[in-house]
Amino acid sequence: MTRVPTPAEPASPPHNAAASAPDSVPSSRVAKRSLSRRFLNRPEVGSLMGAVAVFVLFMAIAEPFRSLDAFTTVLYASSTIGIMAVAVSLLMIGGEFDLSAGVGVVTSALAAAMFAFQFSTNVWIGVAVALALSLTIGFVNGLIVVKTKLPSFLVTLAMFMMLQGLNLAVTRAVTGSVSTQSIANMDGFGSAQAIFATNVSIGEFSVRITVLWWILFVALATWILLRTKVGNWIYAAGGNPDAARAVGVPVNFTKIGLFMSVGFMAWFVGMHQLFRFNTVQSGEGVGNELLFIAACVIGGCALMGGWGTAIGAAIGALIFGMTRMGIVFAGWNADLFMFFIGATLLVATVLNLWVRLRTARR
Amino acid sequence: MPETTSNIIELAGVGKNFGNIHALSDVSISVRSSEVSCILGDNGAGKSTLIKIISGLHQHSTGTYKVDGKAVKFASPRDALDRGIATVYQDLALVPLMPVWRNFFLGSELTSGFWPFRKLRAEEMRTTADAELRQMGIQVPDINQQVNTLSGGQRQVLAIARAIHFGARVLILDEPTAALGVKQAGVVLKYISAARDAGLGVIFITHNPHHAFMVGDHFTILKQGTVDLSAPRAELTLDDLTHHMAGGAELEALEHELSRMEAPDVGAVHELHEHRMGETK
Repeated sequence: MTRVPTPAEPASPPHNAAASAPDSVPSSRVAKRSLSRRFLNRPEVGSLMGAVAVFVLFMAIAEPFRSLDAFTTVLYASSTIGIMAVAVSLLMIGGEFDLSAGVGVVTSALAAAMFAFQFSTNVWIGVAVALALSLTIGFVNGLIVVKTKLPSFLVTLAMFMMLQGLNLAVTRAVTGSVSTQSIANMDGFGSAQAIFATNVSIGEFSVRITVLWWILFVALATWILLRTKVGNWIYAAGGNPDAARAVGVPVNFTKIGLFMSVGFMAWFVGMHQLFRFNTVQSGEGVGNELLFIAACVIGGCALMGGWGTAIGAAIGALIFGMTRMGIVFAGWNADLFMFFIGATLLVATVLNLWVRLRTARR
Repeated sequence: MPETTSNIIELAGVGKNFGNIHALSDVSISVRSSEVSCILGDNGAGKSTLIKIISGLHQHSTGTYKVDGKAVKFASPRDALDRGIATVYQDLALVPLMPVWRNFFLGSELTSGFWPFRKLRAEEMRTTADAELRQMGIQVPDINQQVNTLSGGQRQVLAIARAIHFGARVLILDEPTAALGVKQAGVVLKYISAARDAGLGVIFITHNPHHAFMVGDHFTILKQGTVDLSAPRAELTLDDLTHHMAGGAELEALEHELSRMEAPDVGAVHELHEHRMGETK
């Protein structure tokens, strides 16, 4: 019970005395946050330290890892996970998951291959059909999540299983086998391959085009997150959807858009696989959705949303690429890949948590 | 105070029924610019129903609600906002993990360029948010810091500054000091009077008569959905207000009853009684 001894002058409650004190006290306390602390509070920092550690480890123990060729291989291995991780990280920042992303890649590739082959069209028609299908899957995921308010974990888990079943069943029904026929000599294959799966030489250094696409997509996603209205909406939709709605942010629109961008990236990676290998195995892709999520989490995206960056997810994907190829170059048993990824995930999340606890409190 | 302008908001005989329950009946209040109108009341007195009517979440069942002299019936909070009536709710509608300036402009971002390349005018938003907050008298050490590093009072002020910047003429503050410590509540009260001095009409909902008396120009006490007391500052003392808020006559009766019941055991209650009597004089 706080008694006010004499009712203060109404127009001028303790203007300077009482009120400026609580202001100046925290400001002098907060000012201590040094530049290094602010740097440590970036979401990517844990993953950056992890990436450096993994890099140093394999540089030290694996002779072949040190060549430029090995580096391009690592970049390629990172890019196929990294392109998906771009969209998955945006979705996670927006507060949702997509477990159907892994098989969604295969669904898209199967659709393009089978449509073009069965109807004997130019492969670009198949590519367009696959794009429409992938965007529709994303839209349906998003619509169900925002309309029912069910956790996206459940909705996309259901979508994951349905797509997995359809991939197998439809492929067998259409082609009579578990994979699609080769489309390598159909119209438009060459130009599509040039877009999705060619090698690009930069100087003496030849790299798969997916690496360049990956860098482009990361840059684009970073620009969207930090410099556009939509980026603001994504952080707000994940951080506090009710508050976002109250100030006029179209939260449902944003979330559906994020699911569709995951669909778009699934289509892109699907097209890469199709035009690199000419055929698609219908049973592939299962389990990859968790790798995408793991890359994002290693890169500092919060599971509950509202926190993370696309660059962090890219570093997470790079850790995957380095580990996958590093194990091979070091001559270890490749079966250990998953073990190392698991260990990295655990260390990275603990490190992120520790860094955040150390720095978030002023 | 510059001028005695006409009422921005005027409610006359407003009532609200939910089915056969009369949540509010015959409530009349008005708010002018540069005036803080306090609405006090115990839990269940009808305070929240009243704010919801004023802010457009509910529609009144009886009486008239006039804004700038014209009778209105709002279909949504957007209608109220368009007329400059902004509500700062207890949860404040802030996103804790986002920087201060992004929160300030959330949902009303400034952009330039055309569609695929339309980008935020980030620097302008930072400086505007910083200037607006300074004008309200709070200085955040870093406009880029996350909202969750601000104190409760600073967050409250951020929400108020945002409402003012986006064109509020009347601010409805729902229990802004309820969850705050003494100092933080003082900070918020200071900004309420700053908003009043900037020419806004403020409706300050609270159940704390001390806080109300420090900034209020007019006091309305609600009790069980009706107006128990409506008086300008000049006709009241803090003790009157506290007395009314605490239940006034009812409390006296209760006190009387208690003192009679425990008569044989004199002690505590008697002392309390004398103490209170002494205080009110």
